[in-house]
Amino acid sequence: MKKTLFDKVWDAHVVDAIENGPQVLYIDKHLIHEVTSPQAFNELERRNIPIFRPNQIVATADHNTPTENQHLPIKDENSRKQLEQLSENCKKNNITLYELGHKYNGIVHVMAPELGITQPGMTIVCGDSHTSTHGAFGTIAFGIGTSQVTQVFASQCLLLTKPKSLRVSVNGKLKQGVLPKDVILYIIAKLGTNAGTGYFCEYAGDVFENMSMEGRMTVCNMSIEMGARGGMIAPDQTTFDYVKGKTFAPKDEAFDKKVAYWETLPTDDGAVFDKEYTFDAENIEPMVTYGTNPGMGIKVTDTIPTVNDDSFEKSLQYMNFKKGESLINKPINYVFIGSCTNSRIEDFRVAANYIKGKQKANNVTAWLVPGSKQVEAQIIDEGLKTIFDEAGFKLRQPGCSACLAMNDDKIPQGEYCVSTSNRNFEGRQGQGARTILASPLVAAATAIEGKIIDVTKQLN
Amino acid sequence: MEKFKTLKSQAIPLAIENIDTDQIIPARFLKATDRNGFGDNVFRDWRYNKDNSLNPDFILNNATYSGKILVAGDNFGCGSSREHAAWALTDFGFKVIVSSFFADIFKGNALNNGLLPVQVSEDFLDVLLTEITEKPDTQLEVDLEAQTITVEGTSFASSFEIDPYKKTCLLNGYDDIDYLLSKKKAIEAFENKE
Ligand code: SF4
Repeated sequence: MKKTLFDKVWDAHVVDAIENGPQVLYIDKHLIHEVTSPQAFNELERRNIPIFRPNQIVATADHNTPTENQHLPIKDENSRKQLEQLSENCKKNNITLYELGHKYNGIVHVMAPELGITQPGMTIVCGDSHTSTHGAFGTIAFGIGTSQVTQVFASQCLLLTKPKSLRVSVNGKLKQGVLPKDVILYIIAKLGTNAGTGYFCEYAGDVFENMSMEGRMTVCNMSIEMGARGGMIAPDQTTFDYVKGKTFAPKDEAFDKKVAYWETLPTDDGAVFDKEYTFDAENIEPMVTYGTNPGMGIKVTDTIPTVNDDSFEKSLQYMNFKKGESLINKPINYVFIGSCTNSRIEDFRVAANYIKGKQKANNVTAWLVPGSKQVEAQIIDEGLKTIFDEAGFKLRQPGCSACLAMNDDKIPQGEYCVSTSNRNFEGRQGQGARTILASPLVAAATAIEGKIIDVTKQLN
Repeated sequence: MEKFKTLKSQAIPLAIENIDTDQIIPARFLKATDRNGFGDNVFRDWRYNKDNSLNPDFILNNATYSGKILVAGDNFGCGSSREHAAWALTDFGFKVIVSSFFADIFKGNALNNGLLPVQVSEDFLDVLLTEITEKPDTQLEVDLEAQTITVEGTSFASSFEIDPYKKTCLLNGYDDIDYLLSKKKAIEAFENKE
């Protein structure tokens, strides 16, 4: 039987199966954070069940953390309590925690890959839907609810029905100024927000083969925004080079042995997918969203489509946009470069490269939020921070920040924010906030101009 | 988990599509470390005005409509994996959510909390929404054993799909943990095989 990448990794983790029912899938790594774990710890305690494999759990604090003055006690009482509870729970149960301020702390989907915790061929879960990010390594990685967090705590397994398979291929050469974020926003705009529901997606084709690991993570990250539980990219030399030498990656011979196995994982020629889509790289341009779900995206130079439908109209009303309108020259007061979609070093290099020698527009409040302490350190080491400082930007400390606005980083009512995050839902970045999703390049250009521009005109 | 067999109740129509989990329970209310009390903030930004006064135009604030069944537009529960969404809905008193499409993670979370997601065709959803909007005292009956939803006093009825394993769990009030713990031996054998 010809197998897909997904089949190979899935089948290697099936412990048992219920007749005509779900399978018991073994989980290699379980990542946890402060928001979706406390109720799971409570439940176990209530039922007097110990944590089965504490060594396979790694915890970080990210969703609810401040991005300024992280050395001071957290002002918000509830946030502070949530972090304290995480520390307590981890300590009690012998779970490794990279808490606020630790040199490995960061957004769970940024820190785990850069520490080599994420490796090809693994199964990884986390109580967070963007766990799909780790699929960039050829890993089955997906978000789970808190009841499932409890299940993994108790048994290192989950009961799951095998999803169907979907392949999205993009071939050709990307135009200048088109980033991985544009590729995934384009795919979601074409396929819609529930094309992937019930499926696990593989991204294939030379666009992904030629992409960096950072770029692949950006793409896989947003798989959930088209409804797919996860997305995967076949591991290759780019993957191995990235993993090699990372803090928790296997070393020397153990590494070579792993590579030999990882090389067997890519989808067999002739394997059949339940659904396939193919796109041409040449058709992709820098993208922006204009509505309140990530599927409502257009090329930055296009106009908002004319659709007569209640929920479409409700969405435009929330955004205060009109059908047929262009977003070029829309004044923008807030820019957010961050989140597990685009807060890796490469994203800040792109932004810095554009910003260098320019000045931030006066009307713009810009938040540059690295995904982890390591990214923050790299930004400083590579001199990018100096570029940001000189251009009038301020680098903040790592965390989820304005991606979900659980901390103080909230976009005010009615304001537009060009954001590199992954969700433009109503109120996501603050009550009444209006989010426009875009790449770090479009976001950087917006911060400089104080309005949306066709960034491709500025390149060369 | 509470058992679920049948439910007869009035229903509340919420004819909005793509209701995401940020709408069901906004992130700023996720700071609690237990499961209770989220119902107070379910659909917070639709239910309340900016000044925290009730928004009289929102259906949950309209005394004409009540019940343990929420009938919602297509693609319910997309977005974040937060189980707080399921907790908020059950805490508010819902036992069944009807829609023409559910997001994966939400569906799983709901089932793990004894909240039954009933997926019906778009046409049947339209019928339901019209019936309960026009006649708010309409009773809907959901029978899990038979996998049917019917509008009392009419010929409107539909069947719905549910994973047989999940159905057994709901009917008996079991959860996955009980099952997984019973598999400890097999899990350990799997680990040693590696
Ligand atoms: S950055 Fe945003 S999407 Fe990513 S884990 Fe944090 S809150 Fe979730």
